[in-house]
Amino acid sequence: MDLPPGAEPDPTEAIGPSRFGGFRAGFVAVAPLLVGVAPFGLVAGATPVAYGLGADAAVGFSVIMFAGASQLASIEVLGAGGSVLAAVLTACTINLRLILYSASCSPYLRRLAPARRMVMAYLLTDEAYALSIVRWSEQGSEAQDPPTLRGRWTFYMGAAASMWATWQVSTLVGILVGNALPSGVRLDVIAPLVFLVLLVPTLVTRAALVAAAVGGVGAVVAAECGAGPMAVVVGSVAGILAGAALDDGADDGAGGGAGGGADGDDGRGQGGPTPAEPLP
Amino acid sequence: MSAAWWTILIGAAATFAMRASFLVVAPRMARFPPWAHRLLRQIPPAALAALVLPAFVRPDGQLELWGPRAVAGLVAGIVAWRTRNTLATLVVGMAAAVAFGAVMG
Repeated sequence: MDLPPGAEPDPTEAIGPSRFGGFRAGFVAVAPLLVGVAPFGLVAGATPVAYGLGADAAVGFSVIMFAGASQLASIEVLGAGGSVLAAVLTACTINLRLILYSASCSPYLRRLAPARRMVMAYLLTDEAYALSIVRWSEQGSEAQDPPTLRGRWTFYMGAAASMWATWQVSTLVGILVGNALPSGVRLDVIAPLVFLVLLVPTLVTRAALVAAAVGGVGAVVAAECGAGPMAVVVGSVAGILAGAALDDGADDGAGGGAGGGADGDDGRGQGGPTPAEPLP
Repeated sequence: MSAAWWTILIGAAATFAMRASFLVVAPRMARFPPWAHRLLRQIPPAALAALVLPAFVRPDGQLELWGPRAVAGLVAGIVAWRTRNTLATLVVGMAAAVAFGAVMG
């Protein structure tokens, strides 16, 4: 609703002035990750068929739910004879982190049209989120002018739509290829490697390092204590609190000005104009 | 309707609700207070690490701090840190998982 009708030059993209430059930048950012996502999609297509749930269910999971690990987990529950309720609860528990992502994105998109925010919500994945938030935070969340918003939207869509298309195509291939997938290849190592690639660029401050350390160790400890799929949420919350306790940047900036102490790198460090405190 | 389709429809509705939660109310939050930003900033590292670390040190649901997966994860982490190259990280990580799996497993 606040977007301009014309094609304004996009200050956020480095590739070119066209409106497609942002999309392209998003695609370029996500493209190498798609190599890791595609095998995961193959499994998402092949597994429901292997469990006798039908090809239609495999497509339904990928198109309607579109939620990687939670699709596979709920398929496993159903395949093991679990109830619909158990399958749904398992999926929801794994997806709770999406609430955190939604919260994390929202300050950057306050003035984006509602329909676009809904599209972004449907397409919200670890990959699209992590790539976009690192990029957006370079500008500061209070920047809500139309060109900046357009840049955020186009970059996100370039990454998220590429993810979506890859997921759907690889699901279809998985349905068709099915049991022909080599069983000796441990595909379950690829997903964590993809998340690792997303994690490293977020470790830009000491607070972020602590958040990651506590988040990771917290999730392991919670899993050891039998938290099951809740372990990720327990670890995340512990890491967020630990990082926030160490993050002294938020109160430094002047509250009123554009971007003052509001987010990302602005106003961090010792209250000066320098960006986030670099790691030693 | 089959159990799978009930799971898909209910699970998808719940998943979309979680994805849309804060994105829906975003415009009504005139300005996020500083403490909220301080919390929000920690979400990417905390949540991603909570996904990554258990996958490497509990690959089969049991703690294995010096297993093939953990070492492969460590190697991949160093590559990711040093090169910031996605393909290199994926390739080296996969190769390391296979290699250490053969040697250590």
